[in-house]
Amino acid sequence: MWTFFHKLGSPPWLYGIAGSILRWLLPIAVVALSVGVVWGLLYTSPDFRQGNSYRIIYIHVPASVVALAGYYVMAIAGAVSLIWKMKMADIAMLAAAPVGAALTFVALLTGSIWGKPTWGTWWVWDARITSMLILLFLYLGVMALYEAYDNKAAAARACAILALVGTVNIPIIYKSVDWWYSLHQPASIKFTGESTIDPSMLYPLLLCIVSFYLLFTCVLLANMRVEILRRERKTGWVRRLVGES
Amino acid sequence: MSSGASGSIYGALLRRQLTLALRRPVQLLNPALFFAIVIVLFPLGLGPAPDTLSMFAGGILWIVALLANMLGAETLFQGDYDDGSLDQLLIAEQPLYFLVMPYLLVQWLLSGVLLALLSPLFALMLGLPEQGIVVLMASLALGCGVMSVLGAIGAALTVGLRRGGILIALLVTPFYMPVLIFGAGAVNAAVDGLAFAPYLAILGAMFSLALALGPVAISAALRISADS
Repeated sequence: MWTFFHKLGSPPWLYGIAGSILRWLLPIAVVALSVGVVWGLLYTSPDFRQGNSYRIIYIHVPASVVALAGYYVMAIAGAVSLIWKMKMADIAMLAAAPVGAALTFVALLTGSIWGKPTWGTWWVWDARITSMLILLFLYLGVMALYEAYDNKAAAARACAILALVGTVNIPIIYKSVDWWYSLHQPASIKFTGESTIDPSMLYPLLLCIVSFYLLFTCVLLANMRVEILRRERKTGWVRRLVGES
Repeated sequence: MSSGASGSIYGALLRRQLTLALRRPVQLLNPALFFAIVIVLFPLGLGPAPDTLSMFAGGILWIVALLANMLGAETLFQGDYDDGSLDQLLIAEQPLYFLVMPYLLVQWLLSGVLLALLSPLFALMLGLPEQGIVVLMASLALGCGVMSVLGAIGAALTVGLRRGGILIALLVTPFYMPVLIFGAGAVNAAVDGLAFAPYLAILGAMFSLALALGPVAISAALRISADS
């Protein structure tokens, strides 16, 4: 157990193991995503109220789910790096931030494209949309803070603290935005609950969610490998690696 | 060290922070001036119709208070970082968790309570209905407490950076949002004749939570900033 834990702190080992995981996981993720998206977009029946426009759900919902989970990946990695001073954990944290931000942006963008035919408007100040927008700002805040520091070791620790403060605040933000929305009682169309979804639409959706998780993991690992190489560029093992290939 | 002596360090810090602030009376009034100037922007932008202004007055006053508080947060630890007294604080034998409390208290008094006391004036300028004024003061006093703590986290994270100004706004604004929702909600509820006490209770709960957990983050962030 402890040798595994110590190995996690070793850049060459992590670089290698991430590479071999990627070699297997990336094809699986790509296949699963292709099957899920093709299944969802071509082989499900159109919704009786929304017609074909609902099909964007196969991108929108997985992106939103993984975007939110990504913040917790980032915050947990940040906590690990603060508590055990593990350099590889802050690499994971920093690798998660842009991926999470991109997914949040995809979720907002697809939601807005979906909103145009369904609600007749690009943007509604709905509780969930507002919360996702705030999540995007939280991600961008972490990235901006990292950029601002010259000393990157301190930057990683500062980002970890910010991510943890965000973790405490996310439930508060979500609850208060929810509550703010229900108080305002806007005249716009209510978002219908997703629980009434037909199984024939649900299975491709679940497949898409799983493949988005896999894809997130792949991009995270690839990002970490790049960051490991960048940080270790002056060491012998990276020179040998570059020399070999 | 005896408890009396360690008690005095908090008193000394408190006196020092207050003295530093009171020696620069214009700087002390800066948040209030900022508040007044930004208030002028709203009639110019939205039009001077009293109905429109009084309808949005609660929200406007709260947003401007939020911005004023955020701008005030930036310099909280700057002077001490520059002249090295922050390092003295870090190596003091008292826990940093408690040592930052005087900073938060003074920040709250000067940016929160002061704004709360001046806010009726601005409320009248925007035509906020009279039943909202006391609640505005109470919600600002409580809410600025929360925002002072959150702003101090941002200040502690960015104190070592040269260009902290806009960054701190990006970092802390998402955390200010719940405070704005309940603060402006309290004022609007009071204006509409609804129960406003629950809003104030939630703001009070946020203040307690921020005061309990905030200094943990502030002290950790200060240690990082001092290292870098």
